[in-house]
Amino acid sequence: MTPQSTFMIVAKIAAGQLEQLRTLLEAMNSEPGELDPHNRGFPFTRFDRLHVARFLILETLVAEQDVFSFPEVPPRLVFLGDCDGPSDTFIAEMAVLAGPQLRSVFSHCEPFPAEHESLVNWLQARNIKPSANYINWLGRTVTQIREEEALHQALSTQLERIVNDVGRDNPRAIRQQLLSFVEQEKAAARLSLTPSLSTPIGWWLKNLVHKLGVPLILLTLSPIFLLFSPYLIYRLRSLEKSDPEAVSRPPREHIQRLSQREDHDVTNPFSAYGEVKPQPFRRYAVRLFLWLLDYASIHVYNRGHLTRVQTIHFARWVMMDNNQRLLFASNYDGSLESYMDDFINKVAWGLNLVFSNGAGYPSTRWLIKAGAEREQKFKHFLRRRQLPTQVWYKAYPGKTAFDLARNSRIREGVEIRQDNDDEIRQWLAEIQV
Amino acid sequence: MHRPAAPEYGDIQALARFGHGGLKEARFLLLAIVDAVRACEWIRGASVNSAEWSESPPQTALQIAISAEGLRELGVCDDLIEQFSDEFIVGMSADSNRSRRLGDVADNAPDQWAWGGSADAVPHLLLMLYAKTDQLTTWSENVLDQCFGEAFKIIADLDTTDNDSIEPFGFTDGISQPDIDWGREQSTDLHQRDRFSNLLSLGELLLGYPNEYGQYTERPLIDPASDPQSLLLPTAEEQPHLRDLGRNGSYLVMRQLHQDVPAFWKFMDQQAQGDHEKREQLASSMVGRQRDGTPLVERVVQPIEGIKTSGKQAVLNQFNFDNDPHGQQCPVGSHIRRSNPRTGDFPPGVTGLLSRLVRIFGFGRKHPGDDLIASTRFHRLLRRGRAYGEQLSEEEALKPEVQQVERGLHFICLVANISRQFEFVQNAWSMGAKFGGIQNETDPLLGNRQPLSNGASTNHFSQPDADGPAHCTHGMPQFVTVQGGAYFFMPGIRALRYMASFSNARGRAES
Repeated sequence: MTPQSTFMIVAKIAAGQLEQLRTLLEAMNSEPGELDPHNRGFPFTRFDRLHVARFLILETLVAEQDVFSFPEVPPRLVFLGDCDGPSDTFIAEMAVLAGPQLRSVFSHCEPFPAEHESLVNWLQARNIKPSANYINWLGRTVTQIREEEALHQALSTQLERIVNDVGRDNPRAIRQQLLSFVEQEKAAARLSLTPSLSTPIGWWLKNLVHKLGVPLILLTLSPIFLLFSPYLIYRLRSLEKSDPEAVSRPPREHIQRLSQREDHDVTNPFSAYGEVKPQPFRRYAVRLFLWLLDYASIHVYNRGHLTRVQTIHFARWVMMDNNQRLLFASNYDGSLESYMDDFINKVAWGLNLVFSNGAGYPSTRWLIKAGAEREQKFKHFLRRRQLPTQVWYKAYPGKTAFDLARNSRIREGVEIRQDNDDEIRQWLAEIQV
Repeated sequence: MHRPAAPEYGDIQALARFGHGGLKEARFLLLAIVDAVRACEWIRGASVNSAEWSESPPQTALQIAISAEGLRELGVCDDLIEQFSDEFIVGMSADSNRSRRLGDVADNAPDQWAWGGSADAVPHLLLMLYAKTDQLTTWSENVLDQCFGEAFKIIADLDTTDNDSIEPFGFTDGISQPDIDWGREQSTDLHQRDRFSNLLSLGELLLGYPNEYGQYTERPLIDPASDPQSLLLPTAEEQPHLRDLGRNGSYLVMRQLHQDVPAFWKFMDQQAQGDHEKREQLASSMVGRQRDGTPLVERVVQPIEGIKTSGKQAVLNQFNFDNDPHGQQCPVGSHIRRSNPRTGDFPPGVTGLLSRLVRIFGFGRKHPGDDLIASTRFHRLLRRGRAYGEQLSEEEALKPEVQQVERGLHFICLVANISRQFEFVQNAWSMGAKFGGIQNETDPLLGNRQPLSNGASTNHFSQPDADGPAHCTHGMPQFVTVQGGAYFFMPGIRALRYMASFSNARGRAES
């Protein structure tokens, strides 16, 4: 298995360069929200390991005088993405294959990667790790996704032909014909199903240590938590009653600017950025929950769903500015309204755990109650914190996370043959005719 | 806890409670205000029907709804208008991003609409006139008096047809409606609604009452200290020091949907290669019901809240899709399943605390598509549309020489939150090419057949089969075209009077 990894390069935008940078980034789109695959700004399609990526200008668009308390920071440019294999080699690959383009984008930043300076080092030095990261399907590579999609397409055409010839009555016979078709196609090099590579041993070991270590640490620390819990509960309740909210309806121009870039593909990028509440309690709480979330994502939710939500491809939570601010960036299927509803109706408790530590969040009760369940206020809060994603790339447009999982199941049926007729029928039902 | 007071039926427009089914004739007038003072005068004098129950049902009815532009024309100040929802203020057609989400592109695009298609063409008022058979003409003459003539210009005069609840394609329509909890007896606790319920909180229909989240939807509230005239209005329930301009009112979504009946039946016939039974089967499968409304899935034994357990409603409506998760009886992509997936807050099988916990954490899924569709109760519409145009039977539709005429549905629905109810259903469910895990198809009836961003076509319809491979129909043409549309607000009766109180002495004095 080739595990995915993330990169996120953050650089301060040079004074007076913001508008020029915006123009440069916008030139990568054929229209706002729609990337031009042949754009000259950055050759996303050249990278076979790249799943999703985005350029994002990090700035506060809707100011919250009443709830923000930290000194402002100048706008920053963020370039983030998810790739197969380790990110340091990927960054190096980008520096080689798209050096001039990256230099041109980052030349609007300061300090600026000078000609004689190594671009790789410059990028690496600005690469920030997320506090929590979610991957829909651990180890599913771009190559695998593309091969499985091609397999499904080929089977689709073939199945239609077979059904027209022999009908639907004999699932085994249909499968047999499909499988021999796949063999033929593979032999003719029209289809390939590359076996997955062995898991890098270093990654495997680290993963194992993490898997066992985190529960161990939690277990060790639990008596301390227990001891302090009366105080923690008291503190939580008093904060919940006094924390200010920023949940009024966002300015219409802001919504307009955001929705202009939404719903061009079946998947959308989501970027939101805001301050963490200033109290130490909140700043520790958010880190604790992100740490747990990260653990759950790596070891529990790595097969197509994050709790009940099956529509997220990649998501990350990044603490910035010495834990004063949080950036949330995700790639989700459907419109924002359905994304927010899915979250509110299925995992309001999970949202509350993490985001209730964000300044302005609709007030919660006992950490997991209310909050996001106050639907309209929550949606306003989220929209207020949302940023337009200037440039967004996804290696498989038109495909949802559910589509990708189905393609994998179809491939599995080719490689591991089911014994029972019902299972064969289920497998055949997944192929689009 | 004391029981909340019964809603003030006398202040609610009748359409929110009754469909005026007994009044077979209806006419919808879209109006532009030419003289605001006269318009206000006319509105104040209009006898709008209230939702009060009467022993003798009315012979005629009049309902009024106003667009954001209309409010502005009437002289309602911007501060108040701004407190309505963004969707209402911006309108259905003015924002191309909204059009994209609603599927109003290509042949459905607002610039092709007969009315309401551009910001300066949005009607100010919608007048809905209903009457018993043969009484509409007299009723119209009565309503459209001299003052009316001076106040308004008619942008569109939309006739309707008494179709006996059969929509133009030939299927029984209007069967499934949410039941409204008028008595406000139902709990809004988020943790007591695991299974599908057809009973909706009053706040999903009317502003000023708690919605399904137990929250009050945003609406204009007025401090009577700054505006004594507002003392006319009801009190805001959760903020009694303020007056509530929204209370007892609903947003009203109107869309003119042209239905190409000949194209529909000709396509079915071509797919069925002339076989009558197959043609019928395919069409029913797309709708999700047979012609007479019989659903394609079996009736469930356990009663569903908000659906009567006896009579016609039980036969036609007491069902959900729990026993047909793969759509082998009623395709997942069928029209009725998309419009009302009948899902609860949890997928079927949650019985106790443990199974609930397992589900909360996302485990225990029984098949890959399990738990994909959101809770239905937050996305329901109360439909009040009427068909228009001459009815055409299937046989006539199949004749080669059949003429294309104007016919379809004046779709009307009432909601408290346009984006969470109407726009969500339209976008995520009807136009959603991946709805419930299906592959690249939109609503078989409503779909605009536009390709996805990767060029993949969506003009398909698949019927899953227990035998394995699905039956798939390809190359479907567009059967329904949007030809007009707008968002209105159908205010409570006192609010309507208040809205019409600006352009008189008061409005003049301020300016």
